[in-house]
This record gives sequence, structure tokens and C-alpha cells, in this order.
Amino acid sequence: MMKTQNQKAWFFVLPVLVLVAFNALIPMMTVVNYSVQETFGNNLFFWQGLDWFEKLLNSDRFHAALGRQFLFTGIILAIEIPLGIIIALCMPRKGFWVPVCLVTMALPMLIPWNVVGAMWNIFTLPDIGLLGYLMNHTLGVTYNMTQDPLAAWITIVVMDVWHWTSLVVLLSYAGLVSIPDAYYQAAKIDGASSWSVFRYIQLPKMKQVLTIAILLRFMDSFNIYTEPFVLTGGGPGNSTTLLSIDLVKIALGQFDLGPAAAMSLIYFAITLLVSWLFYTLMTKNDAK
Amino acid sequence: MQKRHLILILYILFLLLPIYWLVAMSFKTTNEILSGFSLFPQTFTLENYETIFTDPSWYWGYINSILYVSINTVISVAVALPAAYAFSRYSFLGDKQLFFWLLTNRMAPAAVFALPFFQLYSAVGLFDTHLAVALAHCLFNIPLAVWILEGFMSGVPKELDETAYVDGYSFPRFFVTIFLPSISSGVGVAAFFCFMFSWVELLLAKTLTAVAAKPIAATMTKTASSAGYELGLLAAAGTLTIIPGAIVIYFVRNYIAKGFALGRV
Repeated sequence: MMKTQNQKAWFFVLPVLVLVAFNALIPMMTVVNYSVQETFGNNLFFWQGLDWFEKLLNSDRFHAALGRQFLFTGIILAIEIPLGIIIALCMPRKGFWVPVCLVTMALPMLIPWNVVGAMWNIFTLPDIGLLGYLMNHTLGVTYNMTQDPLAAWITIVVMDVWHWTSLVVLLSYAGLVSIPDAYYQAAKIDGASSWSVFRYIQLPKMKQVLTIAILLRFMDSFNIYTEPFVLTGGGPGNSTTLLSIDLVKIALGQFDLGPAAAMSLIYFAITLLVSWLFYTLMTKNDAK
Repeated sequence: MQKRHLILILYILFLLLPIYWLVAMSFKTTNEILSGFSLFPQTFTLENYETIFTDPSWYWGYINSILYVSINTVISVAVALPAAYAFSRYSFLGDKQLFFWLLTNRMAPAAVFALPFFQLYSAVGLFDTHLAVALAHCLFNIPLAVWILEGFMSGVPKELDETAYVDGYSFPRFFVTIFLPSISSGVGVAAFFCFMFSWVELLLAKTLTAVAAKPIAATMTKTASSAGYELGLLAAAGTLTIIPGAIVIYFVRNYIAKGFALGRV
């Protein structure tokens, strides 16, 4: 669509700008301010320069948490995006079952995050939880996520898949429904296989919504805090201490505001950089 | 055909199983839960729900949550509408940069912002009010609302605007009587997303409130007392948090099904 050049449009954007800037810029300035200072007690501040950043970038603890964070987000994207597309392809297009499916799928997303964590915690308890009991007593697999790091990882990944795959399904489904029937008829006449229908008709049509899905899933899984924290508390040991959990441990647990602020900024910068990469990569292909 | 249905049914079972477990547990006594595994409640009890509905500190949690979520949804959609219109119809200085900047605010880890938020809202005297949480949640809801609405608005041909002006409509009248109805499903989807993300967010809501505006999710931490976890109560409270969400989905179900397809989203 051709857009009209109109500088007055700024006035339309102004309320959004004021509200978001109030929420984003002022706290951001506070964080920047903390990141270069050392705090003693409540109101004593000393100039620290870029020490915190230097220490952090050299600390193994930070590298480990960052590594776990990337691993988690990578696994999440690799599972949820393809799975979401497959489920969306399996959904009926018309009829009574459409709203039923959509409503059931939206349910997990509407549960407060700490409830999700608490729920999965109880669900997986070895002797009294449904999943824990089935695994240990019916299938005979030793499964205890409070003791075994691998079990803890599987649990947080399964929990996230349970929680968020539906978002990808809803968005992909929206892309699929918007494809006119004529496309499918043409493909049928040409004798296209179901794979080529998917590759050349469905996937390109889903691209825009998939961009949103991938970006949202990346941002949210990279910033995930409440669910894994309530589920495992970062344990056993540090095995599921993702970046945000580590951050809160430092900021609120030890009240080391300086290092925590420096860590926040690096964290934010990484999120921004990766999101920007995704965003430009995915919108660049539009031009082709 | 069969395989498709099987995958779908398995997926939905997978989604419902933990929810079933939560609901089943809410009808059990804490003793029964702790004493061992049972698929159905052996001694069916409504005691957990009774506690929640009779104790003001419990049910006010729900009222508080619903209040700030509603305020947030109204504010987010109201300010996002004109902004999305500007982004979809006009080009102006810095529009693309602004759009991406808005998006970046969704990336700010809430864990990072919790403390500065606390200081900011204490400084302006809004601490422990519903408005504080509603405003704070604007940080991630407004960008999303703008993004979704812009997609829907771009799907409406510009000729509609032009015809309306030729017919002598003023801008506000055109916007309210012609434009809004034609993107109503977009508004529904945007409001749904705002509701959803504000309803489920806890960290900021908990940080910005103490007593008067305490959200239900924070009230729930009460179930872990010195006497151990009151699992039955926790399950009942958790089950009740699903209900407002389920009601909202019920009302927007047609928008979700049809609405998504209209716009880009």
C-alpha cells in the first residue's frame, strides 16, 4: 500500500510514545546508572566505571547461565515451531470443532505463569503427581526432577512446549485459513504433491505470521523467568539456572545492584541483537 | 485423514492432562493429596473453594487482578488504535525506527526492570495501586497491540478512507463509525492478547503491589506456610485463575477463529 507522507501522524503515535517511554526509558536510565556504580546500604553510591561489565564478561558463572539460556531457547524454538505448524495443518478448517480446538489450545496460555510452574511441580512429583507416578510406578523409569538434572531439563522443556506451542498453532492456523481455496484447486490440477503444496503455497503464506511467532517465542523464551523458577528454583544444583534466574538471584537475593544492572544491560543487548537479526533476516526475504 | 485427527487428539490430551490434574486435586483434601496417588478424588470436598470464597484476602486477589487487567486492556487498545492507524496509513520521519523500537520493549526482561519499576512508581506515588500495574504492563502490551492492529489495518484498503472523506465524513466520525467496525475482529484479537499477557504476568504485578492491589497470583504464595504446602488450596486457587481466561476466550472465540485470518496476524 502506498503511504501518504504526513508528519502530523506523529500526534497519533504520541500517546503510545509517552506511555512506553515512561515505562522503558526511566527504568532503563536507572539501570544504566546502577551499572557503573557500587552501592553501600541504601543511599551511598561510588563511581565504579565499567568494572562490572569487565568482571561479568570474564566470569564463568555468567557464561554458564548464558549458555544454558541459549540452549533452552534453541531447543524450544526447534520443537515448538515445527510442532506448531504440524498441529495447525492437522486442524479442521470449518465446522463445530474449530472453536472447540482453538479454545482448548488457548487455555494453557491463560494460566498465570507461577500457577503453571506450581501446577507442573505437583504434576511431576514422584509419588503423588500424575506424571511422576506414571513414570516411576507404571513405566518403571526413575524420574525425579528435583534430583536429576536431565529430568529437570526435560521437565522445563516439556512444560514450555505445553504452555506455548499453542501460540504458534494459533498464528500458523491464521496464516493457513487466509489461503484462498483457488490456490489449492490450482495445485490439484497441476498434480502437486502434498509436500509441494506445503512448500510452495502454505509455507510462504504463513511466513508473516511465522515471523511474529518466531520473534515472540524467541523473546519470551529468552526472558523466561517465573515458570522455571517456580518449577525447579534453578536446581538441582545450578543445572536449570537460566540467565534471568541468575539475574534475580544476584539483584534481589544478594542485592548486588551494580553487577545485576550490568548483567541486565548485557542481557538486554544480546536479546536485542538476536531479535534484530531475526527481524531483518525474515523481513528481508519479503523483498524477493 | 485418520492420522491428522490422531495427532490433534493426542496434542489436546497432552494439553488437558495437567489441567485435569489441577482441577481433580482442587477437590481433594490436602491429606489425601499427600498420602498417595489417586486419579480421582476419593473424598470429594469443596472445602478448598469455600476457603477462597469466604476469605476476603483470597477473593480480593481475584478482584484486584481483574481490575488492573481490565484497565490495562482499555488503555493499551485505546492508545494503540491511533498509533497503528498512523503506522499503517502514513509515512513520517522515523516511522520504521519507531516501530522497531516499540517492539524492542517486549524484549526487556521483566526481571531486570522489577527494581527500577518499583522505584519509579514509588516516586510518582502510584505504588500499590491498580493503575501502577496497569501502566507497567503497558510496556509489553502496547507494542503488541500496535503490531497486531497495524496488521489488521493494513488489510483494509485505503480507498475506504478516501471514499469516506469524499462523502464528507470528519476524521473522528469516519474512524468510529466506519473504520473501527471494519477491523473489529482485530480489536478483539488485540484486546485478547493484552488481557492474556497482563493476566499471566506476575513479577511486575507482585513488585508493584503490597496489600491494596495485590494480584491473585501473589496471594497464592500464602499456601506455603510453616505448616507445609496446602496443596488442595493451591490447586483450587489455580483452578479459579483459569476461569476468567476461559470466559474471555469464550467471548472472543469467533474472533480468534475468523479474526486472525483477516489481518496479517
